[in-house]
Amino acid sequence: MKDEITREERVDNLKGMGCSRKRVEDARFTQGKGNYVDDIKLDGMLFGDFVRSPYAHARVKSINKDTALKVPGVLAVLTADDLRPLGLHWMPTLAGDKQMVLADGKVLFQGQEVAFVVAEDRYAAADGIEAVEVEYEELPVLVNPFEALKSDVVLREDLVAEDGSIPAGAHGPRKHHNHIFTWEAGDKDPTEEVIANAEVVAEESMYYHRTHPCPLETCGCVASMDKVNGKLTLWGTFQAPHAIRTVVSLISGIEEHNIRVVSPDIGGGFGNKVGAYPGYVCSVVASIVTGKPVKWIEDRMDNLMTTAFARDYHMTGKISATKEGKITGLQCHVTADHGGFDACADPTKFPAGFMNICTGSYDIPTAFLEVDGVYTNKAPGGVSYRCSFRVTEAVYFIERMIEVLAIKLNMDAAELRRINFIKKEQFPYKAALGWEYDSGDYHTAWDKALKTVDYDGLRAEQAQRVKDFKAGKTRKLMGIGLSFFTEIVGAGPVKNCDILGLGMFDSCEIRIHPTGSAIARLGTISQGQGHATTFAQILASEIGLPADSITIEEGDTDTAPYGLGTYGSRSTPVAGAATAMAGRKIRAKAQMIAAYLLEVHDNDVEFDVDRFAVKGAPEKFKTMKEIAFAAYNQAIPGLEPGLEAVSYYDPPNMTYPFGAYVCVMDIDVDTGVPEIRRFYALDDCGTRINPMIIEGQVHGGLTEALAVALGQEIAYDDMGNVKTGTLMDFFLPTAWEVPNYETDFTVTPSPHHPIGAKGVGESPHVGGVPCFSNAVQDAFRPFGNTHTNMPHDHWRIWRTANELGLHD
Amino acid sequence: MSKKKHVTLNVNGKTEEFLAEPRELLIYTLRERLNITGPHIGCETSHCGACTVTIDGKSVKSCTMFAVQAEGAEITTIEGIGGPDNLHPLQEAFKEHHGLQCGYCTPGMITRATKLLEEIPNPTEAEIRFGMAGNLCRCTGYQNIVKSIQAAAAQMSAAKEAAE
Repeated sequence: MKDEITREERVDNLKGMGCSRKRVEDARFTQGKGNYVDDIKLDGMLFGDFVRSPYAHARVKSINKDTALKVPGVLAVLTADDLRPLGLHWMPTLAGDKQMVLADGKVLFQGQEVAFVVAEDRYAAADGIEAVEVEYEELPVLVNPFEALKSDVVLREDLVAEDGSIPAGAHGPRKHHNHIFTWEAGDKDPTEEVIANAEVVAEESMYYHRTHPCPLETCGCVASMDKVNGKLTLWGTFQAPHAIRTVVSLISGIEEHNIRVVSPDIGGGFGNKVGAYPGYVCSVVASIVTGKPVKWIEDRMDNLMTTAFARDYHMTGKISATKEGKITGLQCHVTADHGGFDACADPTKFPAGFMNICTGSYDIPTAFLEVDGVYTNKAPGGVSYRCSFRVTEAVYFIERMIEVLAIKLNMDAAELRRINFIKKEQFPYKAALGWEYDSGDYHTAWDKALKTVDYDGLRAEQAQRVKDFKAGKTRKLMGIGLSFFTEIVGAGPVKNCDILGLGMFDSCEIRIHPTGSAIARLGTISQGQGHATTFAQILASEIGLPADSITIEEGDTDTAPYGLGTYGSRSTPVAGAATAMAGRKIRAKAQMIAAYLLEVHDNDVEFDVDRFAVKGAPEKFKTMKEIAFAAYNQAIPGLEPGLEAVSYYDPPNMTYPFGAYVCVMDIDVDTGVPEIRRFYALDDCGTRINPMIIEGQVHGGLTEALAVALGQEIAYDDMGNVKTGTLMDFFLPTAWEVPNYETDFTVTPSPHHPIGAKGVGESPHVGGVPCFSNAVQDAFRPFGNTHTNMPHDHWRIWRTANELGLHD
Repeated sequence: MSKKKHVTLNVNGKTEEFLAEPRELLIYTLRERLNITGPHIGCETSHCGACTVTIDGKSVKSCTMFAVQAEGAEITTIEGIGGPDNLHPLQEAFKEHHGLQCGYCTPGMITRATKLLEEIPNPTEAEIRFGMAGNLCRCTGYQNIVKSIQAAAAQMSAAKEAAE
């Protein structure tokens, strides 16, 4: 057979790794044909919604549902008493705690689920909610974790023994009835000693405020119990559908093979859709009770007030260095506000997530971290909002501590970073708090970033601006925000990462069809990341069939292999690896088939783009398409028919993407309005699968970083009322407020990942938050500012200027 | 609840008649009654724009309008803008320039953009950013949405010139 096209054309035809393949998802989304959970309609489907507590802490004295049951269209009202006989009035959390499904005698946060009204439609459900009579007795409210640790008020009576003693929790001994755990990493005494004897020590306390992932689509589900076949189907906004299936099985007693969990299209997740929420449990129970499908969809207030907050870390640090700026030690203490139940979504052994990546990108010989988790009268959650577990907090902490140390040393913060970076030759690098960084080349990335933005020129301009400001020529200050981050993603190795005992491997199953197309199913689930596009690219390069001929399917537990889902940038590091490994199994069998067809020994053929060719005789070959057909139509001695493979991939290590960001900002000291003049983002996510999608992820992550740094928060008043429960008060930036970003990259492949990829979706958020924050703080550095807390909204920036005497 | 009212709407060229309570929101009518699920619900307070439709030539957030208020109106949703055989240039441009990720804001975003380009056929970047500020996106950071709208505007202008 004559080869009519060039090798380069054959590579292009595959649309494999490295090309900006257009997304296969977009046709349906641009035509309004996506299928999100609220688009699902089933015959006789009912609608459930919650009666929620107006109080942050109260006893529930009584619930009267008689009037509600008379409301037209209302079929049932469930309370904790109805769920108790089933043992479903409480449910386990991902953090080893338990959480009330419906208020069991008391409520612990505003918006807590008190009763579940099941009705024919949303309007009837709303009428029913109005008619449920709940009598509350208010209790003292604790919204400050430091006060909670001193208070006599017991938030969780269920966690205090009858004799008044405090039993240990899931993560060890508890010091107080409102204390959840103490978690430590590193060496306490040596660190304290290094800091006590250091030439220079900088100290700072900072509050990383509570915020929320707030995807545009809220959480929801449709539960349908088929009593004839005994099968429960649960469609929902699940970032981890298999884990949800296992949890539903464990708490309901329905055998796992009789539960089908489906994640349809998901309108953004960002961590919000990892956990299990009372709405899911109540919908399942309501479907069992009524025999009909039941839908539950949060409204925006429900979403912001009750499901999955993020951050809320009070962090205190000490960093020590020599006079020349070489860092010698780091100490960090965190008081972590977890709300009324500990429902943080972290691997079991990591109650503070990967906060122990807080030594950042620096070669810090000695470090110690201690985290205290605390109950308060706030909503439970503690999810990783566009980051790996608590990595935003860790990176914010170290990138602020570096700035504070630079001020103390009277040194340039870029230079301080440079002299402390882990050097390229030090990788794999064992950090003081335990992680082994797989790879990195920080100096190259940093130099490229500073050169591109003309860092020295920016500093000169800034110095001139300060002079002009002092001379009364301008009212605008200039801030240069720097950040260099190292993420830790791709959880993770089964030896140390599990959720509810389920190892955090992931999976891919491939079936090649006779005519040379394929379907691959994965244990992950896209929420906008474009998996159907990019995983097909990985496979195209691995198996030599065009990406356009490969369907990627996720999210249906009846068909997809078991996996732990999509969050913490784990899809590419874990499921992407499984995809490559399954592809290699396909290729191994294809090699044997090709050798048989070409009548040579297995070792005498080699893979080349889309075919196996005889070594030294490239004109003799069989394309993967021909091989696929042969797998189904020829009896090949020693081989089973068909061409399929499955891989379960347990990663040997995390991956460690990194990046260098610079933000240039002009701040009007009289209005407090920051104007982002320039934002440069260099990301190193290892091997790049689809540059177009990477760039899109970076734009999005930076915008969510801008939101968090400059205004987005879940705020409470002293009574535990949520002050930011709608999009009127909760800041989501519009196109008008967002700048254009410049993206750049270096490529340092992961040495242990089959294709060298590291993950990118969360890096821009992790690195972006400190970069925006540092820009604001840097503008005020010449006037004596050391640190101010986020969010830097206009009012707080104005207040900083005012406190520094800039309005005098 | 109060007495149902007779409502007549023209949605995507088709006349729809029904009885609805005065409190029935237009987004509910579209999604639940008429099975037009392109417009989405994101906030219920007119902030996010996921529910944007065109009513009598104006961009409207259908989550804060009652169906009865739309009596007699001509309504266009994403479903009426273009389909597999007649894609609108904006639908093509959003795909070409990666102007979407999760897709949840996309129907409202494109619906709004069709009106923006009628109002200003060749908008500047600032005009696009200002004109689209009523539609929130959590995924893209807007940069590629702006690029998509610019590309569609250029294509539509070129097509119009060629036709003249």
